[in-house]
Amino acid sequence: MTDVLNALALFSNFVLVPAIAYGSQLALGALGVTLVFGILRFSNFAHGDTMAFGTMVTILVTWWFQSMGLNLGPLPTAILALPFGIAACAAFVLASDRAVYKFYRKKKAEPVIYLIASVGIMFVTNGVVRFIIGPDDQKFADGQRFIIKAREFKQMTGLSEGISIKVSQGLTVVTMIVVVAALFWFLNRTRTGKSMRAYSDNEDLALLSGINPDRVVMVTWILTAALATIAGTLYGLDKSYKPFTYFQLLLPIFASAIVGGLGNPLGAIAGAFVIAFSEITVTYAYKKFAGYILPEDWVSGGLLQLLSTDYKFAVSFIILLLVLLFRPTGIFKGTGV
Amino acid sequence: MKKLVITSAVALSMSGVAGSAMAEDIKIGVFLGLTGPIESLVANMAPAAEQAIAEVSESGKLLEGTKVEAVRADTTCVDTAAATSAIERLITSDKVAGVVGGDCSGATTAALTNVALPNGMVMISPSATSPALSTVEDNGLFFRTAPSDARQGVVMSDIIMGKDIKEVAVTYTNNDYGKGLADAFQAAFEEAGGTVTISAAHEDGKADYAAEVGALASAGGEVLVVAGYLDQGGKGIIQASLDTGAFETFVLPDGMVGDALPEAIGPDLNGSFGQAPGTDSPGAGKLVEIAGDYDATSPFAAESYDAAALILLAMQAAGSTDPNKYKDSVMDVANAPGEEILPGELAKALEILAGGGEVNYVGASNVELVGAGESAGNYREIEIKDGALSTVGYR
Repeated sequence: MTDVLNALALFSNFVLVPAIAYGSQLALGALGVTLVFGILRFSNFAHGDTMAFGTMVTILVTWWFQSMGLNLGPLPTAILALPFGIAACAAFVLASDRAVYKFYRKKKAEPVIYLIASVGIMFVTNGVVRFIIGPDDQKFADGQRFIIKAREFKQMTGLSEGISIKVSQGLTVVTMIVVVAALFWFLNRTRTGKSMRAYSDNEDLALLSGINPDRVVMVTWILTAALATIAGTLYGLDKSYKPFTYFQLLLPIFASAIVGGLGNPLGAIAGAFVIAFSEITVTYAYKKFAGYILPEDWVSGGLLQLLSTDYKFAVSFIILLLVLLFRPTGIFKGTGV
Repeated sequence: MKKLVITSAVALSMSGVAGSAMAEDIKIGVFLGLTGPIESLVANMAPAAEQAIAEVSESGKLLEGTKVEAVRADTTCVDTAAATSAIERLITSDKVAGVVGGDCSGATTAALTNVALPNGMVMISPSATSPALSTVEDNGLFFRTAPSDARQGVVMSDIIMGKDIKEVAVTYTNNDYGKGLADAFQAAFEEAGGTVTISAAHEDGKADYAAEVGALASAGGEVLVVAGYLDQGGKGIIQASLDTGAFETFVLPDGMVGDALPEAIGPDLNGSFGQAPGTDSPGAGKLVEIAGDYDATSPFAAESYDAAALILLAMQAAGSTDPNKYKDSVMDVANAPGEEILPGELAKALEILAGGGEVNYVGASNVELVGAGESAGNYREIEIKDGALSTVGYR
């Protein structure tokens, strides 16, 4: 019995907990991408760097709060600073929309032109962020670090395997659930949300029925900025803030959004967890795990690893390929690519 | 035959350029990863190289008053295509007379074999440590003031064995540097009677390292050797290992040694140890004294200063800024016999060389070039104590 519990603890510590936290971070990012794709109809490559920008402002405000001695006790101060980050990020994306995307919207440009324009915005944002906060790692997490530490868990339960859960991980999951619930309520219940969905389903009909397209675009960008800043800040709290990694986050985020079905918010969440879990479960070495649940003489000296961790990204891309081949619109019906 | 014609044509044109450059001012390329995974190290490496260049230029003693200017180019550390086009620009458009760089082993190898070698350009790398660069075909054009990782592997193995640790897990950044170091270490460690439970690669700049840490933890080991970069995957792996309680002590080779790491990780890193190229020779302290607004104790800053100094001293010794002529003087100025030269004494060295004398450039990193023109290697053994790097000794 203890062996089974040990195996479970081991599995939770190294697979379940990290995968759920990582999946939640990806889900928030993928929601932003899918929202832009669904309503404004283009793949926004600048999303990773938008996250970096929003997080940067949050960090600057956090530092300011910390210098004034403001804090939230066990929770990170960054939560207090989050609204400022969201506001600044919204202003930034609205400005970039006014400066760049609006021009193409007027010309009714092809989605691929938007996409290339967004690559341009990506590089500019990238530069702005590095110019303001620099390319280095920044630390801004404070408050308590762990909800439960591996060592404490071992003492509490008497098991030989521990589970550790970080505050940032718990916070990520809770925030993800709250944000997703709020987003769905907004899209399905409010007038603005409904007009956004109408605009997304059929632009011409929506215009005919008197929906103001500028307002829809504006609200979409503000929501995107909020999602990006929240996702970026949570990611930064859990791991660390470095502009370069945010740029790299773009890949798994897009993979999640596409696997789930681009343009479908529910799909973005499902896709994010599929990507996070597959990356971790397929490359986990089950040696120790098997050691607990199998009879001793069954366990060989090998690592019991399906694939080496080198192939971690191959796993998510194979899933991406399979989905695109057999269900081009994603697991949930999205707009297709 | 065709090759011969091309080579002589290139050589002719090069000597033509060099001949007219005698009285003219020259440029030296500073070819480092200004962006990318080691950008925080390069922030101290590039100014160090530029300081040596400025020191020589201001002395007015190089080849009858030739002025030297530094031109920066970005290796990006990881993108070999970008590195190749950057060094192409340095050579063909900026017309540099020598290159300090590259930094990461993969980008350096690509730049060397694709551009520097066919163009007959001298490259002195301050930080490319892959063992593969010892045997690469270079026509005597490539040198490094950093030692090969084959040597570092042995040193690291000795340090771990010295602490009576017999079983380790290894993770390395998936590039020429990481793989080369991990292999060199594994060979040395197993020969000394140790066991490597797993040697797994990790990619840099990724969002999440839970999968890697899971595999490493399952394989087990008393300590985890992290052959990565301190502001990249290496840090991510350490953070995730500590968070999950997978490992508590880490062995940190050169790419992981920097003040940024203990600052970022905090007190949990106390007790981890490692090594980085470094020396307690008077030169290192001298560079700190004369350093401008950069940190001369940062890894590879000393090596960068030395790389730039060696190029310029070799030019003086050969009496030419033509890479194909002064390449043969690099080893002469770097090694004994001759007057020992420390940082800040480049003007003195130039004078001695102009007078026909000999110098033994010691520099900030105790330069001694061996084999195919690479540093013999001096290592600083470090340990993390009270959240800061502290030097335990030198090997």
